[in-house]
Amino acid sequence: MTTPAEVESAQAEPEEAASEERPWVAVVWNDPVNLMSYVTYVLQKIFGYSKEHATKLMLDVHNKGRAVVSSGSKEKVEGDVAKLHAAGLWATMQHDS
Amino acid sequence: MQDWTRDNGRLVTEFEPNEAAVIRGLVGEIKDMLTARADQAPQDELAELTGMRAGPSTPPEESVLARLLPDFIRPDRDSFEPEAESSDTAGALRSLHEPELIEHKSGVAATVLDTCPERGGRVSLTEDQADSWLSALNDVRLALGTALGVSEEVPEDPPEDQLQREHYYVYQWLTWVQESLIQALAS
Repeated sequence: MTTPAEVESAQAEPEEAASEERPWVAVVWNDPVNLMSYVTYVLQKIFGYSKEHATKLMLDVHNKGRAVVSSGSKEKVEGDVAKLHAAGLWATMQHDS
Repeated sequence: MQDWTRDNGRLVTEFEPNEAAVIRGLVGEIKDMLTARADQAPQDELAELTGMRAGPSTPPEESVLARLLPDFIRPDRDSFEPEAESSDTAGALRSLHEPELIEHKSGVAATVLDTCPERGGRVSLTEDQADSWLSALNDVRLALGTALGVSEEVPEDPPEDQLQREHYYVYQWLTWVQESLIQALAS
């Protein structure tokens, strides 16, 4: 769908392997405004997830208050969070815990 | 307005004149707020020469703008490591990404203004344009929802205050417009 982020993540991988840092994760937080159908649609669109997987993640956000939606190098996850913000989802990044 | 439908791959509906005016007015307001925020960004000659823009490193004070332009890191999470200098990192990430985010949100708003006729009538969108509409409608709902203090328990009864009541009904209507467009896109 978009190319620049893929280039970034491809470049980031050797760096990631070289460092001992744990991977980063993108977290989507529950939000009273965003529609369940919209969150599912956005996750499918941004990450290419199946409808089933996107729906499961959306329900985790809704029921548990949050869900990890992607992981990887800092650069990759930063790009993912930027796309989620562009769609209006409440997303942050943190170290995998 | 009727439900959005698919017509030869395009997403189609019709708006009454007042409906088109509401959408154009609110989307335009969001666009103006974002432009004002962008104008506050630090300007320097190096940025102009290199084209590398830097945004502000602190979140907007207004709650509506802050919701549209969130931080990349939650400083209030227990799980987040203390050594990670989170406020510096959050500020640096905001400075790096905010100009692009504002540009994106202004872009989707411009698409709505370009494709929604001022006097209402038929709207016919490509899928990309429909995605822009979804983002722009969502931004308006985030803004109204924040201003109305919408929480998980969405109030069944409209607010007492006249202006808040109008915002509430517009919010509910936009929810329906957005939901209908998602269903049409997914079909």
